[in-house]
Amino acid sequence: MDVITFTVLSVLLVASAIRVVLNRSPVYSALSLVVLMCLLAVYFLYLDAHMVGALQIIVYAGAVMVLFLFVIMLLNLQDTVREYRQEKLWTMGILCAALFGELWFFFGQESGGDSGTQHALPEGFGTVVSLSQKLFTDYLLPFEITSLLLLVAVVGAVVLAKR
Amino acid sequence: MDPIALLIDVVLVLMVIGMVMNLGGLLLWVERKASAILQDRIGANRASILGKLPFNVGIVNTLVADPIKLFTKEDFIPPGADKLLHTLAPIVAVVPALITMLVVPFGDIIVIGGREIELQAARLNVGILYILAMVSLGVYGIVLAGWASNSRWALLGGIRASAQMISYEIAMGLALIGAVLTYGTMDLQEISRAQSGMLFGVLPNWGIFYQPLAFLIFLTAGIAESKRAPFDLPEAEPELISGYFTEYSGAKQAVFMLVDFLESIIVAGLITTLFFGGWQVPLLYRDGIHFPWGSIMPLPSLIVTLIQVGAFTGKVFFFCWLQIMIRWTLPRFRYDQLMILGWKILLPAALLNVMITALAVLISAALQ
Repeated sequence: MDVITFTVLSVLLVASAIRVVLNRSPVYSALSLVVLMCLLAVYFLYLDAHMVGALQIIVYAGAVMVLFLFVIMLLNLQDTVREYRQEKLWTMGILCAALFGELWFFFGQESGGDSGTQHALPEGFGTVVSLSQKLFTDYLLPFEITSLLLLVAVVGAVVLAKR
Repeated sequence: MDPIALLIDVVLVLMVIGMVMNLGGLLLWVERKASAILQDRIGANRASILGKLPFNVGIVNTLVADPIKLFTKEDFIPPGADKLLHTLAPIVAVVPALITMLVVPFGDIIVIGGREIELQAARLNVGILYILAMVSLGVYGIVLAGWASNSRWALLGGIRASAQMISYEIAMGLALIGAVLTYGTMDLQEISRAQSGMLFGVLPNWGIFYQPLAFLIFLTAGIAESKRAPFDLPEAEPELISGYFTEYSGAKQAVFMLVDFLESIIVAGLITTLFFGGWQVPLLYRDGIHFPWGSIMPLPSLIVTLIQVGAFTGKVFFFCWLQIMIRWTLPRFRYDQLMILGWKILLPAALLNVMITALAVLISAALQ
């Protein structure tokens, strides 16, 4: 990914993330989040992770956010204007900045001067076959545990709905 | 990237989008005439050129007069509507519908000036996932149109559409998994290639004979995804006027009408590619027609390619026609029937299909 693409994408991404928090209307917030998910997918595409990019759009933009929008419309929140307490927003902002500063301080130093160099990608990187081979050999246990976790969530939702 | 390869890509993309849009307009006419014939009416028959051309069958009404009327009408945004989203919604709806067909191959390789060109606008390793991604993005245009209009009919239509499309997307994706398991790839061109040859010497080697259940599930879910009768509850006219696009007029309303047809073309294209051999023609191979008794009638490769592209177009047209016939034959579902069909019939059937297919793939791998 070259510098210009990265800068443009990042500016758009951060801008839409800020819109998610600052928008007055819940529908616009949710739509900003959709834009953010799509931009993340573009990042993955530029990093040759085609399958992750496609899944990002299917799962987050296509399913999760549609449900969010559905709920917002069903509850008819369109007239609710969220009230912000300015000082609360500032505290959260400073906390987040401190957290990211810390992350950058530790992980930025660890990778050192290596961050600028390009690594050659292995053959077939990001394709369906290579990703699933990793998933079903090296990471089989975490994969199965995750699916079990999702099953638990489904069963929990059904139990709650029946109550 | 060298300029000629770039030019080829641009031409292919424009070709696919142009074909899809033209077919969409043509389907509008086919739908009007077919529904008229089915209901024993005459149908569109007014405008023609000099009273003769083209024989007063209404093609001038639909393809020339109607678009001019729609695009010159006042574009009215209702007071109280969200102006930005109201304008954005048709665009958000039409873009995914236009670019989905880019991964669907419409022919084998064509050789021009020593250059081998795949007749597929975008060769993606994740082809089927790309289609699912675009289909799922298609919901936004509808939902936004419903919400931004600030009308109860439109909002109800939008909510119905989002619930319906999410429900049927799952069955649709699981039906696609059956096809992916059979062919071991998500690349649609490779799936088309794998369907060449004959099965038992008599049947064409098409996906329908391996995945009949997946075909039925996909056809049903596909019609539900394109929101056409019997699944057209989002725009059910007796109760919702015209659902999510009630508050649209002029060009924007035309765009929503076009999206419906584009989606049925996408469904037809996918059914053709996954279950009916794509551009494959039985007995026709790259070097000519191979007759079952062993003789070969050689054909130049350009002719073979043209026949294949024609076969693909014909199959797509057949499935578009089938969807129109289904639309005008079956009455609309009730909403609970729609949900029961999606969650209690199609979803378990699709899961069963995936299990059976996986078992069959395992057994056939063990036998070899």
